[in-house]
Amino acid sequence: MKRIGLIVNPIAGLGGRVGLKGSDGEELQRKAIQLGAVPMALERAGEALKALLAAHVDFELTTSPGSMGEKSALQAGIAAEVIGSIASVPTSAEDTIRAAGEMVQRGVDLILFAGGDGTARDLCKAIGLEIPALGIPAGVKIQSAVFATTPRHAGEVTAAHLRGETELRPAEVMDLDEQAFRAGRVSANLYGYLKIPYLQRYIQGVKAATPMSESGVHTAIAKELSGRLKPGWLYIFGPGTTTQAVAVALGIEKTLLGVDAVMDGKVVAADCSEADLLNYLSGGCRSEIIVTPIGGQGCLFGRGNQPISPEVIRKVGRAHIRVVSSPEKIQALQGSPFWVDTGDPLVDDMLNGYIEVITGYREYILYRVA
Amino acid sequence: MKDIRVERFTNGKPNLRRFHQASWDEPVIFELGQPGQRGILVPEVEEGIRTRVGDALADLPEGLRRKDPPKLPEMAQPAVLRHYDHLSQENLGVDFNIDVGQGTCTMKYSPKVNDQLARMPEMTELHPLQDESTVQGILEIMYRFEQILKEISGMDRFTLQPGAGSAAIYTNASIIRAYHDSCRKGDQRDEVITTIFSHPSDAACAKVAGYKVITLYPDADGYPDLEALKAAVSERTAGLLITNPEDTGIFNPRIAEFTQIVHAAGGLCSYDQANANGLLGITRAREAGFDLCHFNLHKTFSTPHGCGGPAVGATGVTRELVRFLPVPLVEYDGKKYSLNYDLPESIGKIRPFYGVAPVILKAYAWVMALGAEGLREVAEVAVLNNNYLMKKVLSIRGVSAPYAAGRRRVEQVRYSWQKLYEETGIHSDEIGVRSADYGVHFWTSHHPYVVPEPCTLEPTESYSIEELDEYAAILEQVAGEAYSDPDLVRSAPHNSTIHKIDHRPFDDPQQWAITWRAYLRKTGESR
Amino acid sequence: MTRKKIVHPYIPNSSPEVKARMLQEVGAANVDEFYADVPSALRIQGQMNLPAPFLSEAALRRHVEGLLRKNTPAQPNRNFLGAGCYQHHVPAICDEINQRGEFLTAYAGEPYDDHGRFQTLFEYCSMMGELLEMDVVNVPNYDGFQAAATALRMACRITGRARVLIPDIISQDKQSRLRDYLKPEIEIIVVKHDPSTGGMDLKQLESLLSSTVAAVYFENPSYLGSLEVSGTEITGMAHKVGALGVVSVDPISLGILAPPARYGADIVCGDIQSLGMHMQFGGGQAGFIASHDDEKIVMQYPSRLFGIAPTRLPGEYGFGDVAYDRTSFAKREEGIEWVGTAAALWGITAGVYLALMGPQGMKEIGEGILYRTRYARQEIGRIKGVSTKLFSAPHFREFVVDFNKTGMKVAEINKALLSKGIFGGKDLSQEFPWLGESALVCVTEVHTQADIDLLASTLQEVVS
Repeated sequence: MKRIGLIVNPIAGLGGRVGLKGSDGEELQRKAIQLGAVPMALERAGEALKALLAAHVDFELTTSPGSMGEKSALQAGIAAEVIGSIASVPTSAEDTIRAAGEMVQRGVDLILFAGGDGTARDLCKAIGLEIPALGIPAGVKIQSAVFATTPRHAGEVTAAHLRGETELRPAEVMDLDEQAFRAGRVSANLYGYLKIPYLQRYIQGVKAATPMSESGVHTAIAKELSGRLKPGWLYIFGPGTTTQAVAVALGIEKTLLGVDAVMDGKVVAADCSEADLLNYLSGGCRSEIIVTPIGGQGCLFGRGNQPISPEVIRKVGRAHIRVVSSPEKIQALQGSPFWVDTGDPLVDDMLNGYIEVITGYREYILYRVA
Repeated sequence: MKDIRVERFTNGKPNLRRFHQASWDEPVIFELGQPGQRGILVPEVEEGIRTRVGDALADLPEGLRRKDPPKLPEMAQPAVLRHYDHLSQENLGVDFNIDVGQGTCTMKYSPKVNDQLARMPEMTELHPLQDESTVQGILEIMYRFEQILKEISGMDRFTLQPGAGSAAIYTNASIIRAYHDSCRKGDQRDEVITTIFSHPSDAACAKVAGYKVITLYPDADGYPDLEALKAAVSERTAGLLITNPEDTGIFNPRIAEFTQIVHAAGGLCSYDQANANGLLGITRAREAGFDLCHFNLHKTFSTPHGCGGPAVGATGVTRELVRFLPVPLVEYDGKKYSLNYDLPESIGKIRPFYGVAPVILKAYAWVMALGAEGLREVAEVAVLNNNYLMKKVLSIRGVSAPYAAGRRRVEQVRYSWQKLYEETGIHSDEIGVRSADYGVHFWTSHHPYVVPEPCTLEPTESYSIEELDEYAAILEQVAGEAYSDPDLVRSAPHNSTIHKIDHRPFDDPQQWAITWRAYLRKTGESR
Repeated sequence: MTRKKIVHPYIPNSSPEVKARMLQEVGAANVDEFYADVPSALRIQGQMNLPAPFLSEAALRRHVEGLLRKNTPAQPNRNFLGAGCYQHHVPAICDEINQRGEFLTAYAGEPYDDHGRFQTLFEYCSMMGELLEMDVVNVPNYDGFQAAATALRMACRITGRARVLIPDIISQDKQSRLRDYLKPEIEIIVVKHDPSTGGMDLKQLESLLSSTVAAVYFENPSYLGSLEVSGTEITGMAHKVGALGVVSVDPISLGILAPPARYGADIVCGDIQSLGMHMQFGGGQAGFIASHDDEKIVMQYPSRLFGIAPTRLPGEYGFGDVAYDRTSFAKREEGIEWVGTAAALWGITAGVYLALMGPQGMKEIGEGILYRTRYARQEIGRIKGVSTKLFSAPHFREFVVDFNKTGMKVAEINKALLSKGIFGGKDLSQEFPWLGESALVCVTEVHTQADIDLLASTLQEVVS
């Protein structure tokens, strides 16, 4: 019988309701509680568990003490095994990270966690891609792609996972810079990846061509891209699963999170910094940037301290930026344009307009950048 | 005596039907019959032939002789009839239900008189290679229908050869390619532009024709994005393949600018008019600047869908492109009708012979029953029905019509059940399946879904106001059930032909069985 | 004076009262408001210039019947035309089932409300599977031309190669279709036939085969009616270089003839018009593609494939689309074509036909055609100046009649036959100039000995 681990971050989303934008940091949490904030993670976790129970699939539950999950299990009427201890009240990131580690030790098949981007980051730190995880959305800022769309959906997907109906895929964990956010700026960083269960719904595709699998799409994109790669040119591959998969299909060993420089089919420098890239470019190298939109929000270029800095972008030029993505990822944006926040408003402006996205072999989408 | 009708109404409105579809638990045909039974007897070879010929199988080499008889069913005639009649009862055609749910398919009434005309021996017993003097009737019908399509679209000539919409789109892509090849620009012009809400075949067929396909997304209001088009055209542009109104039901008001931009870049414009039902007599391909267009006779022109064909995709072109049309064309010299093969630059033949003649006949008869005024009425009432239904549907909890908020639609609407899903966890296709318990269905959308939890409804002109009301009432009922009793919806259907299907075998190569013999093999039966 | 507005029987809501009520509900003054997005420059002014309609059903019937009566239907006993469209007997049950409104007017409902459609098509595919001895058969394509074109594209995708070999004895129309559909990436090379047998010239085939070839395509019987007796050799040679064997057949022959799976075919295709469809001036065509359950091949089908599955009620059958992972494609041949409306109703009809015929009926019809073909060849071959011995191979249903020694053109001969109410065989002189004045004569199970004798004696009269 499969075992689910449940971790609830009881203070996730605290800040939001009382208008404090996020709840990281003790100071902020205290302020929030003072203002009368009521933790919603508990409630959300409850909804997810209810949906999971409604699916009538057998499973065992392991959770953390008190408000970190035990309470939610009790309320849902589940006899859960409680492991570990809580170091501080109110709970902190260290508690989440330790709890996750304990779950992995315990041998759970999946960790269900309730929280926001901060909680996702904690999970990522603790388990990386070791075991699957799935987020129950309960935070103010949800940029990461590791969350189910609703708490109920989280329960549904978990049930499907227990039944063996899901596929596991790496999904982005993002984090907004808290301070920037509170100062009114939205700026996302790709923090890392978690492996989440993905449910492909069976729907009668009666009038459509059978869609390609994700790996099929990556191979198709790689084939299209390969026709455009020129010898002697430097190709700057951005982070993300799509760029990695496409690179692998081209026979190039690329890192998942890093910016890698590729020439003549080989990685010449992995995990580059801005300085590394500028070095190459100043040597008179002709170059192109290959990126994929990050996270469910369609971010093409993030904060200024990303290796593909405004300077790098300026030197390479807009005409030499190639975007790759599966058509699925584009639809998920539901019409919202790609966005950029390089840190340099002039470069941001230059990037605005329409950009070609390679979505398959000889298949392109022209998409807006705003 | 009590009036039965009292129980059939609540507050003056009719109650929903207590529907149940026929459910025969019908075996697969291979489980029926007995060895030796015969469904029909074949004319015997006369003794006279046998004596004169000897053993006709003598010089048939061993390798060409069938060794084992095929394991076909052996059933008596009435048993075959009964089996298929059972299966037909387990099928809902337009004849049986308020088929407004299959958006983009234009499920209108197919007049029975036309079906009967098409079953006359003067239609069914015609060999396509008969002497032209013996088939003047059908040639005349094809010729007259072409004239009708020319007037409706403004194009200069039509071919009725393609076997349905996608075949017509492919034909258009082929003509575009032939045109650019003739200008020796074939290699340079290798890109085709389309939109995400056009029919997916616009992209797929262009791709098969060898083009690179660029797909545009709509602007913030849901209209095709003119600025995106400007960014997409170049000297590599071969053409634009676009559906208008799009599958969302929104007409592109700047369509003429679209064609201008593509023409200025040196490309051709092809109009996918699968969604023409709301535009008959209102606007034409010609004035919008198109070089090619196509119609689906089994949609706009009422011919029955046949579970998925046979059908016809009629393709029209302007004068400049006539020379590339598939052969033959039907000509009339004032005295007689004939087939013209003299088009040296033709793209050749699309299919054997000239097209699906009975479908052309039915479409012709349909137009002749209506005339110009009638066609205009078809369009206007289809559009009125759609907007009327939209008003009713939008009052249902959990549904919305994304894009072009507050504006009218033409002949169909793509709705979204996203809100209902967020609030109840019930998906659009689950609502659709539960609707079958009330005798209707709906179609979601092409894949991939851009509109989340989609539902595309197209009333056409064929349904009465009561039927539209009934359909809306059913949706409202099912949506309500999603909130109050989601398990009932999730486990649907309950009043249909069969129960919820376990879909897992369809995705697993170890388990999928596309024929009965494969099924027996995989379930371990020895044969 | 304006005529009273007609409320058309096809348009229920066109009654003025109902329209007004609906407009009020929607809050629109008139229908024009719904066309707000259509610019006035694009609006048609006034009415279209179309012929005046026949509003009453009686008048409509009269008009269309009048047009149709200008046609002369082919009488089964006087029609000897084939060449891709065949006059076989259509069982009454076939017409009965395909005119039922449930099937005729359905389209794309769910596997619940349209369960009947799924099951009948699954059964059709299954019956074809038995005839062909193959586990995978698709839901029908448009026609046999498309089936061949798609089968060849599939072969190219599977092998990653871009060249196919086809016989020279192939309908020129079909060849035209193949050329257009396989452009621009796939090269077609034509292989000559052996002038004595009519089969593929194996020596030339060998010289043309290499590791650049994706498939060798041939037809059985050929377009001119001759059987290909070297099927095993041809597919063997193809397999040696890693190419596939693609064979086109008419399923009506498979009750007596061996299915191509028995002589090495990897993909089989063809047209099912003979299985219960009236000729309809060429409107009864429908194509099929079949193969073994080899994942490599199955993944390349662009058409719908229906599968069987259980439902939540034990013992109950459900059906649906087999949707599968398309992960492979060759460099130049990518993407899996398209899926659309094609010819489903004919697939359903073919299933009914096969169920009625059963194994015995299929054997009898195939055998009967072999006999009648041989008899017709014999009798017509007796006429002075006429030869039916073009190819030595056995023939099925059709054969070439060589009139060159008569000094007459086929066109003249056919005109003379027509004046006697007979439709002679297809004139091949334009299509295959090397055949000179020759015709393709077709006999099916509907021809009696007397019918064939009449053809022979009339021909005798005409050419002497």
